[in-house]
Amino acid sequence: MEQKAIIETQKLSKSYGNQVAVNDLTFSIQEGEIFGFLGPNGSGKTTTLLMLLGLTEPTNGWAKVAEFNPTREAIKVKRIVGYIPENIGFYDDMNARENLRFIARLNNISDSVSSEKIEGALERVGLKEEAKKKVGAYSRGMRQRLGIAEILIKEPKIAFLDEPTLGLDPDGTTRIIEYIQSLSKESNITILLSSHDLKQVQKISNRIGIMINGRMIAVGPFEELAKEKFGVDEKKVSLDDIYMKYFQEVSV
Amino acid sequence: MTGIAAIVRKELADHFSSYRFIILFALIAMVSLITTYMVGTGLREELGGMERPRFIFLMLFTSTGPLFSLVQFVAFFGPLIGLVLGFDSINRERSSGTLSKLASQPIYRDSIINGKFLSGVVTISIMLISILLVVSGLGLKVIGVVPGIEEVWRIFIYLIISIFYVSFWLGISILFSILFRGIATSALATLAIWIFFWFFVSMGASVVANAVVPGDTSGNPEMLMRKIRVQRAVSLISPMQLYNDSTGTIIDPMRKTTSSMVLMGPIERLSLSRFKRPLALSQSIYVVIPHMISLIAITFICFGVSYAVFMRQEIRSI
Repeated sequence: MEQKAIIETQKLSKSYGNQVAVNDLTFSIQEGEIFGFLGPNGSGKTTTLLMLLGLTEPTNGWAKVAEFNPTREAIKVKRIVGYIPENIGFYDDMNARENLRFIARLNNISDSVSSEKIEGALERVGLKEEAKKKVGAYSRGMRQRLGIAEILIKEPKIAFLDEPTLGLDPDGTTRIIEYIQSLSKESNITILLSSHDLKQVQKISNRIGIMINGRMIAVGPFEELAKEKFGVDEKKVSLDDIYMKYFQEVSV
Repeated sequence: MTGIAAIVRKELADHFSSYRFIILFALIAMVSLITTYMVGTGLREELGGMERPRFIFLMLFTSTGPLFSLVQFVAFFGPLIGLVLGFDSINRERSSGTLSKLASQPIYRDSIINGKFLSGVVTISIMLISILLVVSGLGLKVIGVVPGIEEVWRIFIYLIISIFYVSFWLGISILFSILFRGIATSALATLAIWIFFWFFVSMGASVVANAVVPGDTSGNPEMLMRKIRVQRAVSLISPMQLYNDSTGTIIDPMRKTTSSMVLMGPIERLSLSRFKRPLALSQSIYVVIPHMISLIAITFICFGVSYAVFMRQEIRSI
């Protein structure tokens, strides 16, 4: 079955003054897949996400998100993309329901439609009990789950998740990863997941991209990367090994 | 448009449930009620048995009483309303990480700043309108005079100018909340600007005037006039001066000019001493229309600058 690319970039570049953040990035993401986006801090992952969302203009090259150009048709792109930034922010003096209702209103979902959705989403991420609490009192894990609930309300075609498991305990991480999987399977959302949690990424990603110093140095399914680097059966190596190998090669 | 509506709605809810709004409102309500009561009873005693002046109701706002007049109080305290409502509007969102979330929703980026400004203006209007209504009600009771139609118009125009005046300060504080990352920094900067305009512009104006027209001017009326003209021109950069001049003339029909005694020509002075009749409303407006337009203009300029700065900021820094 020929799959359709939902995200495509061609020689996408961004520089801040002399500093090149993203360098000639060319890759594509198929509809329905989970794409694991790896790379050290400051390698340009977030900048790439921002360019795909139309929040930052590329210096060079172009990107296409569901046939829209994020620079010129930012609103159309934002309508179909859900984004959870690295340190997801909520209005701390509002409770979970109020936060979600505000997001729904910004997405032009009427209150009568959204109230049912909000209850469903809170139920699904297990925050129904705490829905009346102010979000300021939430733990990190609860905030990330509320972020997932936001995606559920918005029902986008694509979700960009920037380090959703950062600083979570193992249990919280597992839960978030499960939600991400269910977003992909049940809601059929294409997911671009940036994370440092290589084990989890290996577990759920269909394909993996490794970005170092603004360049995408490897793209492909885990098995392929394993073969390319080690030439062995993928069961023996982990994503950690592959990642470190690439990383060392670039640093040398 | 939905974006703006949602943001305005949320911001209004935030304003009205915040402690700072409640404290501010309680403070203003208290001071205005006390002032009005004192001025009202003073007026009643003073005018007992005398023929009533024509615009007695407006005197409620302009008489100084033992403390200060209501108009003076709003001129002094109004900026604080605007500053307190806006000084953390953008940088708080930035530090809590909600600004990038807002920006990634399907709304235009200017909806964010427009919504913030609009909700601030609505809050200010509600505040000022309710205060004026309460004060008028109390005044009615205390002095027992119903305002005439012209008085109502004058109060209405006064209200409009005041809304613009306070909105100007709201614009300043939103601008600072965009420019400065720290909430404390922007709060201090807005206060500094307020103090600067309140205390130092008049001082600065006389310094500049002394520099432009040096020497002793006491024996030389022409030099004295030049000096006062320069001083006045400089002090007009202060929004407070613009506001005081325009509202003073609008609310007090007996005031026929915004210029000081020294600057009046002979005819002006003659008319002032001969004709003790109040100015018609249209004439009052005519006297201060330049001030009003300047005040409205700087409000828009101030908002325009914040808008431009906000739209040009790299989203990365958001």
